[in-house]
Amino acid sequence: MSEESGKRHDSKRGVSRRSFLGTMGAGTLGVAVTGRTAPAREAVTVESDGTHPVTLRVNGRRFDLRVEPRWTLLDVLRDHLELTGTKLGCSRGECGACTVLIDEQARYACMTLAVEADGREITTVEGLMHGEELGPVQQAFVEEDAFQCGYCTPGQVVAAEGLLRGNPDPDLAEIQKRMSGNLCRCGAYDHIFKAVRRAAELRRSTTH
Amino acid sequence: MLRLHPYVYHRPKSLKEAVDLLREHAGDVLPIAGGTDLVPNMKHGLFTPGHLVALKGIDELHGIEERDGELLIGAAATLTEVASNYLVREHFPALAEAAAGIAHPMIRNQGTIGGNICLDTRCTYYNQTYFWRKALGFCLKKDGDVCHVVKGGTKCVAAHSADTPPMLIALGATVDIASAEGARSVPLADFFVGDGIWNRRLEPHELVTAVRIRLPEKPIRTLYTKVRERKSVDFPILSIALAATVRDPDVLESIDLVISALGAKPRAIGGLDKIAAGKRLTAEVIEAIAEQAHRQCHPLDNIIVEIEWRRAMVPVYVRRALQDLLENGRGKAAPGDGRGSD
Repeated sequence: MSEESGKRHDSKRGVSRRSFLGTMGAGTLGVAVTGRTAPAREAVTVESDGTHPVTLRVNGRRFDLRVEPRWTLLDVLRDHLELTGTKLGCSRGECGACTVLIDEQARYACMTLAVEADGREITTVEGLMHGEELGPVQQAFVEEDAFQCGYCTPGQVVAAEGLLRGNPDPDLAEIQKRMSGNLCRCGAYDHIFKAVRRAAELRRSTTH
Repeated sequence: MLRLHPYVYHRPKSLKEAVDLLREHAGDVLPIAGGTDLVPNMKHGLFTPGHLVALKGIDELHGIEERDGELLIGAAATLTEVASNYLVREHFPALAEAAAGIAHPMIRNQGTIGGNICLDTRCTYYNQTYFWRKALGFCLKKDGDVCHVVKGGTKCVAAHSADTPPMLIALGATVDIASAEGARSVPLADFFVGDGIWNRRLEPHELVTAVRIRLPEKPIRTLYTKVRERKSVDFPILSIALAATVRDPDVLESIDLVISALGAKPRAIGGLDKIAAGKRLTAEVIEAIAEQAHRQCHPLDNIIVEIEWRRAMVPVYVRRALQDLLENGRGKAAPGDGRGSD
């Protein structure tokens, strides 16, 4: 267990349900976290038990871990890296709640095996924050009231981010097309489309 | 939450290694490329192989290029790549359109054309969780011995639901297949069989490695259109692929019409030479082709959509497709007519 992830589990906050589950998960996993500022110790090596060593680069940080081949990227992000912003919806590639960027391309984490993400650059909704500030897409979703229940929102935000990275100024037809893999059961689509337009403006006016 | 069963995961670097693995674990192994069809099917307990052989790391399966008068598309090319590739768009725009209309952007970023050609057939009573299927006593295609679509039926009628094969068949495409025993090629028109349980002439130890389309000597017009409940995400409930050689002014030299998403295999509509060859694409000829398609298409209740309506839509969409083909040159369907949102 690396210094950094160990610290997280032993923090003064006490043991939350999430950190307890995280610790349980890490027990079978062997996670080595390499922060950009704090070079970590060597990765923990687990005897071969059908798991695969993979390196995931998530939101700019490197994670060396061993995964079972049946774990999806979503399982690993949520249950082992505690990045619970990415949501589990349908679990079978129909809803988009689990959308993440893999090498800048929007993909479903529930359909991607963690082993397939080995060596890839992954961006989750957490990675769109600028420190404690909302990123432009998140800010635009707030400004345009682009959600009701909010469950699909992380996926919508990441899909919008993926769209805007490839096309900084999409028209409505392009937005509708590229956001068509993200369902919103509250039907907030009009506001979501407006938010993507607004996000495009914010991104252009922000230097970051 | 739907979980996957345990399996051993192999990542071969070469085609040779992959086909050897398929032979070594014959009967308990499946290949996986994008996984957009296989992963949900495994989550539903429809396939539970002990071994998976991953194909995306095999260089030989990637790439789209012109070679010897043919367009060659590697099986591991993603649907996004097929949809946006300039060679595909230049020579066969309707194939690009068929790929661009599949599911939604994320699936297309991941799913491959090889996977689309080998897509498992679909049925309301099959694409469900184990719990759901068990509650109904399972079905012919998986775990059971009754058909819920055709009462008393002994033949599975799950629907071929892939978008690119109908278009590829209309274009006369050939698939390349590899196994540990060697390589072979089959015209895609002969690749599918009318058995919903396993609708392709592909042994479990074989791999589709590429699809090839001969570049046309004469200008052709191509068109792909489909009906689905929503304009994204959903599989088609009716799909229509057209490829025609037309000489001015609007005289049809040949026409291939392939209709799918109804039964276990795409249906190439027969007898069109007599009706259309050498004739101008007049309203009467369009009507005759639409009628011929209607006579030959018999959808079943494999999807919860009223079958009479689905059958009635066959001539409607064939008629519209032919009119588009006539009016829009190489054939781009007008927006908002029920085709994909792409």
